[in-house]
Amino acid sequence: MSGGGSIVLGALAPHPPHLVYGENPPQNEPRSEGGWDVLRWGYERLRQSLATKEFDVLIVHSPHWRTHVGHHILGVPHFESRSVDPIFPNLFRYDYKLDVDVALAEAIHDEARHAGLTAKMMRNPHFRVDYGTLTACHLANPSWNKPIVGLSSNGAYFYFSNEVGNEQMALLGEATRRAVEKSGRRAVLLASCSLSHRHFTVEPDPPEDMSKEHIYHHGQYLWDMRVLELMRHGKTRELMDELPDFLDQTESEAKSGALTWLLSALGMPTYPAQVHAYGTVIGTGNAVVEWDPKRSAP
Amino acid sequence: MTIVAGYIVPGMPHPLLAPERSPAWQTIRDAFEKVREEIEAAEADLLLIYSTQWLSVIGHQVQADPAPEWTHVDPEWHELGEIPYRFRIDADYAEAYAKAARARGLHTRTVAYRGFPIDTGSVVALKLLNPDNRLPACIVSCNMYADRAETLVLGKAASDALRSSGKRAIAVSVTALSNRLFTEEIDPAKDHVSSRKDDEWNRKLVELLGEGRLEDVSQLAREFSAQAFGDQKLKAIWWLAALMGQHNRYEGRAFAYQPIWGTGAAVVGLTPTDRAAAAQEFDEADAEVFAGDRGVLTGNSSGAATHSSSPVTHSSSSVTHSSSPGLTRGSTVVSDAISVAAAPRPVGAYPHARRVGGLLFLSGIGPRDPKTDSIPGGPVHDSEGRSQKYDVALQTRAVIENVKTILEASGSSLARVIDVTVYLIDMDRDFATFNRVYGEHFAGVGATRTTVAIKALPTPIAVEFKVIAAAE
Repeated sequence: MSGGGSIVLGALAPHPPHLVYGENPPQNEPRSEGGWDVLRWGYERLRQSLATKEFDVLIVHSPHWRTHVGHHILGVPHFESRSVDPIFPNLFRYDYKLDVDVALAEAIHDEARHAGLTAKMMRNPHFRVDYGTLTACHLANPSWNKPIVGLSSNGAYFYFSNEVGNEQMALLGEATRRAVEKSGRRAVLLASCSLSHRHFTVEPDPPEDMSKEHIYHHGQYLWDMRVLELMRHGKTRELMDELPDFLDQTESEAKSGALTWLLSALGMPTYPAQVHAYGTVIGTGNAVVEWDPKRSAP
Repeated sequence: MTIVAGYIVPGMPHPLLAPERSPAWQTIRDAFEKVREEIEAAEADLLLIYSTQWLSVIGHQVQADPAPEWTHVDPEWHELGEIPYRFRIDADYAEAYAKAARARGLHTRTVAYRGFPIDTGSVVALKLLNPDNRLPACIVSCNMYADRAETLVLGKAASDALRSSGKRAIAVSVTALSNRLFTEEIDPAKDHVSSRKDDEWNRKLVELLGEGRLEDVSQLAREFSAQAFGDQKLKAIWWLAALMGQHNRYEGRAFAYQPIWGTGAAVVGLTPTDRAAAAQEFDEADAEVFAGDRGVLTGNSSGAATHSSSPVTHSSSSVTHSSSPGLTRGSTVVSDAISVAAAPRPVGAYPHARRVGGLLFLSGIGPRDPKTDSIPGGPVHDSEGRSQKYDVALQTRAVIENVKTILEASGSSLARVIDVTVYLIDMDRDFATFNRVYGEHFAGVGATRTTVAIKALPTPIAVEFKVIAAAE
């Protein structure tokens, strides 16, 4: 570990499999007629932004790798398999090949343990990478030409309380930042979660019928806008103060801890975030949002 | 008898992958072995599994891949090793189950995709109870939002499908009792249930199950879950109780009760008998069909949700909606929800009617003119709330005409009406007139009827009908 590493970009990168389905990439077996275009265009803008950055690794925190005994981290150099979304198998049957930056993963693991968190390396080569990780990484970097580090989502928010969960994820974020800085890596961080998360429990036919797509209810929209406004104005500490209420009121998927982890790793940005897109997927609120630490420069 | 026996088993992988690390896990493993022997000796055609670890959100899913094959690794307990599997699934029964569930109002689909992730609980149960695939299996998901009514209906649908297919099944509910895991590493040899309170509740449930009191446990499930963090609200017990007949006439066998990483793990068997283990006290209502919120996309404003078996077709270049055979006059079938173009527009997110089995349930139908939205006989008040003179005879005739339109568009008719609930905003003023007009149309039908006075209806009308009719 050489030191001098940095986080070059952080993003809220939601993972509805619908967005991959809408893109019809060769890795995904189901075919679509599109759909959820605004969010997909938002990811396009995020990719354009990433194209202007030099980076070595994507670090992703995903709600769909749920763990209870601490925070788990992918620790196998290469994975190659098929992921089928257990909820939407009709949309996401994705053949993946990916590399893991195991050295950085171990460094994050060590820093997390040093911070008092329970952490564990995932060393089983037959492990199937969760679709939240795959979807966010695919949409941010479809060429898969960079290794990733995958972090599980500890269920402390559900098991204990929002406050306990937030506290843990803030520590994990700080541990991630320290590990990146010591590693010499230039890292992109992806918080793979939606905003408001109440959703419809039936599915249109075809799923990409956009005449059926809208926010689940107006209250969710108002909360999502409140959160995005705080992000756009660099008020992330205020956002953290309001987060427990947001989680309760909207069943937000940020309850996975991904957003808190990201903002903590970025040092609670006071500079404006760039909202590339906001849209709904089966009624949930989703936004593609970028934080570029260079915007913090005086 | 469609159910030969029912079992409750835990879904944690420890008894399969590492029983030697803990006396508790080994005890559970030994209990699995006893159940395996019982299953092998039983005359059954099918192993029917409900696992709390297969979570779904879009209704329920039923595994229909005839030979799913994979090397499974649990996302939490990956260090215990991998579980290669190849199972034998009864795809015909899976389709029958999904169909029966849909007939009871449940949004249900089968899944048959290479690489579909079968959950750890189902994998553990099948590996330990049916290692040679002697019996074909069926696995159904646990909807994470489903509550008691929906889960009961899911259990009854499994029973429907067994009857229609003529198969005898062994039912297995894969669930923990209390589900509070330790959140840090533990010494497996010293594993224990995470709190004394959870332990006491678990022991009470195991005692009741050992006495064969499955329905009593089903009735106790809500309280148990509130007190002891029940695994998925103990839905697996609701499913099993509904499938096995909702009574206490079982011979119960508690093979083991032990901790697995702090959770309560029980292996219990229940065999139907003629003798009731106890006089049950039924506190909670039963449910035959599901009519909950799975249709939240339906209705005029938000469009109509469909599932793959609906008669809505889809081509690569355009979307076309087709009428179902037997449905006429511009009706659109939405799952089992029906909206009729020639009827007054609903004033909220609901269809005009919903078909469940052989019955049609109509929403409240008023007199508004479908073309102009005006009210025949005039509104009961103006836009500022001032009372107006109105003609209840004309309104009643218009209501009956609208009901007739919806029934006929749905393949039924006024002659097939079974029950009518009538809402009048002014019983004293309007009943006699309404009753005369009603008699002109329903005298020979023989429908039951209830007439109630209410304060107001959502639009300025005086009368509304709520109708149940035979579908065909």
